[in-house]
Amino acid sequence: MKKLINSPDSVVTDALAGIAAAHPSLAVDIDNKVITRAAGPTPGKVGLVSGGGSGHEPLHGGFVGYGMLDAACPGEVFTSPVPDQMLLATRAVNAGAGVLHIVKNYTGDVLNFQMAAELADDDGIEVVPVVVNDDVAVQDSLYTAGRRGVGATVFVEKIAGALAERGAPLAEVAAVAAEVNDRSRSFGVALTSCTVPAAGKPTFDLGETEIELGIGIHGEPGRRRGPLAPAHEIAAAALDAIHADMPLAGDVVVMVNGMGGTPLIELYVLYNEVHKYITGKGARITRNLVGNYITSLEMQGFSVTVCQLTDSLTELWDAAVDTPALRWGR
Amino acid sequence: MDAAFFRAWLSEAGTVIESQRDHLTQLDAAIGDADHGINLARGFSAIAAAMDQAATPTPGSVLILAGSTLISKVGGASGPLYGMALRQAGKSLGDTAEASLPELAASLEAALAGVQKLGAAREGEKTMVDALAPAVAALQKAISEGARAPEALAAAATAAAEGAQATISMHALKGRASYLGPRSVGHEDPGAASTAIIMGALRDVASRQVT
Repeated sequence: MKKLINSPDSVVTDALAGIAAAHPSLAVDIDNKVITRAAGPTPGKVGLVSGGGSGHEPLHGGFVGYGMLDAACPGEVFTSPVPDQMLLATRAVNAGAGVLHIVKNYTGDVLNFQMAAELADDDGIEVVPVVVNDDVAVQDSLYTAGRRGVGATVFVEKIAGALAERGAPLAEVAAVAAEVNDRSRSFGVALTSCTVPAAGKPTFDLGETEIELGIGIHGEPGRRRGPLAPAHEIAAAALDAIHADMPLAGDVVVMVNGMGGTPLIELYVLYNEVHKYITGKGARITRNLVGNYITSLEMQGFSVTVCQLTDSLTELWDAAVDTPALRWGR
Repeated sequence: MDAAFFRAWLSEAGTVIESQRDHLTQLDAAIGDADHGINLARGFSAIAAAMDQAATPTPGSVLILAGSTLISKVGGASGPLYGMALRQAGKSLGDTAEASLPELAASLEAALAGVQKLGAAREGEKTMVDALAPAVAALQKAISEGARAPEALAAAATAAAEGAQATISMHALKGRASYLGPRSVGHEDPGAASTAIIMGALRDVASRQVT
């Protein structure tokens, strides 16, 4: 294992110290692993808290700031945070209007956020959870823990964050978060595995010419393996799965996301294929993101996320945002 | 079985989990996300630290503190699930200073119920329930047949180990392994494996106490 770390045990805290040093707009409680806005909660605004395992940077800490999250709770690498962290974050961002918990659908994340919501309720803080589950690679939701939360998390955090910034009440912010999730689908592909620092070796082995289709964001194996193919075929496989689940139509925002070890030049090669495919189906890409937004350590690979927009969702997407990893309009 | 017995159980479980840390993590790498051994080792060392810092005069208080510590320190699914199991077991023991074997069996039954309520898992879905449920059943059967603690807990540990082995041929329906669908078959469930380790530690501590 070759990694730029001091020790496997201190990866998360060392990175948090780096985030604190790099971004004065954030307040980072390194001991308790909670990232909030340095400016503190905005009076009367619904607070947005998200969290999950580390190793997906910039998610979630990179999305704390104006127009997006109020707090993020990073867990250990690929391990959900604990209820104590979430409770601290919830208390810190509660400005009297309640708090939205944005939870990716993994058993651990859901269980820990559920416990945190109960603890917050004991404090008299109103918490509404929204569970993100956009991964179409999980086909049989009845026979699994349900679809995983992946790329749509970025869209949910952006759009719900914009509505909360306008002063909307908790029920409306939660409703738009659920709407974005319902209108979004993702699919991921890996060319390589990744290595959890404390484990020291790759989570799975892929042959030199093999790819894994339908991966999540934790180095967990996907649904099937296939041979390496040209980018247009891989993009088509991903988008076929999305289109079969949610026919591509109308205005969409598309994210072509790198898994951490993918060069930007390859993401643009993919974006070109994604653009041709979606346009070929008669849909129109009116907004896009190309880059590393929800990663899986050093994995080579990508995910594509599509969200069907409405006029009001587009307006919220365009609203000003000022975070370390997403910034425009301000 | 007094508070010291229960502290010894958790300490023994922590020692074995630490020695099996990489094995549990490798099981998890095959069908999950490669952190189970790492997380449980972290959790049980946090339990040891918590026991040094707080007074735990009764068996119930030992298990409740251990459960709360796992919930606070571990994260993932295993933190809340094992934390809930230990807390429910501790609550079931109440204020008793000396737990009888039937009380211990009832507390493990409460632990199983807590895990099943939180995780919504049934037997046969390739989870820790597949080790814990047969262990509880074997313990109750041994007690009804008049077995004493060492034999009854040995039967429970054997049933847990067999239950964990039986998960190898199961198709996962819960947890992260479920995303693999049929590809989850052929691998032992890491949560069932760690449950078998914890039940094995209970057997070993009980047999040591007698001899």
